Amino acid sequence: MPRRIVIGIRGVGHRVIDSVWRLGYATRFFSLILLKSGTSISRFSLIIRELYFTGVLTMIIILVSGLFVGMVLGLQGYETLQKYGAETAVGTLVALSLVRELGPVVAALLFASRAGSAITAEIGLMKATEQLDAMGMMAVDPIARVVAPRFWAGVISMPLLAAMFSAMGIFGGYLVAVVLIGVDEGSFWSQMQSVVDFRFDIVNGIIKTCVFGVAITAIAVFEGYDAQPTAEGVSGATTRTVVTSALVILGLDFVLTSFMFRGVG
Amino acid sequence: MQRATMDLWVGLFVLAGIGALLILALKVGNLGTYSEEKSYTLVGNFENIGGLKIRAPVKSAGVVVGRVMDIQFSTKTFDAAVTMNIDNRYQFPKDTFASILTSGLLGEQYVGLAAGGDDGVLKSGDKIMKTNSALVLEDMIGQFLFDKASEDDGDDSSKF
Repeated sequence: MPRRIVIGIRGVGHRVIDSVWRLGYATRFFSLILLKSGTSISRFSLIIRELYFTGVLTMIIILVSGLFVGMVLGLQGYETLQKYGAETAVGTLVALSLVRELGPVVAALLFASRAGSAITAEIGLMKATEQLDAMGMMAVDPIARVVAPRFWAGVISMPLLAAMFSAMGIFGGYLVAVVLIGVDEGSFWSQMQSVVDFRFDIVNGIIKTCVFGVAITAIAVFEGYDAQPTAEGVSGATTRTVVTSALVILGLDFVLTSFMFRGVG
Repeated sequence: MQRATMDLWVGLFVLAGIGALLILALKVGNLGTYSEEKSYTLVGNFENIGGLKIRAPVKSAGVVVGRVMDIQFSTKTFDAAVTMNIDNRYQFPKDTFASILTSGLLGEQYVGLAAGGDDGVLKSGDKIMKTNSALVLEDMIGQFLFDKASEDDGDDSSKF
């Protein structure tokens, strides 16, 4: 019996040490990316290539889902607000919820599942097929050549994608509320403009998306670089990227929101 | 994929992103209509601000002319000092009347400025002397009940 207890405690200790070691490894990896990103910034064409894969190819899903999220918000907001005779406030509702919360968070979730998983799979497969080792043999640093451009491309494209998501969502809300239902167009825009503040709402939303961009791409490149060099390992790493990113996005969003919008009504 | 095509798409992507940011700033936000830099501050002391919040609009004749920047409790006069940023385009006479109003029955509270007839205008940092507090529902109900009670008393005394 005591032997079983000892084994159990040992298991707990092993897990704690393992996860702390992994966290430390991830932090060291992250600082290595930052240290070695000088070369990838000076060779900007590398980042442009990755911007195409992470940004341009993600744009379509972001635009389409932004449009539909905005349309649903417009429809649901109208249904509720018209009970109080406040249907002109539907523009405010759509804009505030998109700019403050839904834009950054939903765009980040989509980005993590569309671009983050692709980054992890690509780097993981490069590792599994020993391309990263081959680069090392040729005195090409894989972190500077492969990892850093992907990281910076993700960090650059995330705020742009989230802004597109919000703008598209507001356009969707406009389509449903003004064009389909017939809310007054003037009060739709003017109520929105009188409530949405550039500094408090839009800039805070952009700061959120920048934080999400760093978090998602850091997780994605780390999981890819750290993947077991087997088919199973790569698939596991891809899954972990999506799950961890989603949890980190939602957790960070709560923390950032509580700092940004506390006491601001 | 050709290098030139890729550059084109990435350029379009970045431009679309920046365009979306501009739309958010100008069409959705208030950057196009109001900027903080070209504004001056006025201070008003209110006995009771009700539910007035920082960033609430300051309106005159229904037009938004500025925003509430800061609300402090003053221990000297035991009232609330409300600092307002007013757009430089709008100048108000020295005897302007500031009151805290509510837009609609359940709407947000805002500061309403009613211009007076003085020739001198308020400058940055000036204090608005004439203020009117927010209506507090409990006070109103209390007042109503008090009036009602005194009315009944009056009726009673007339009977006897």
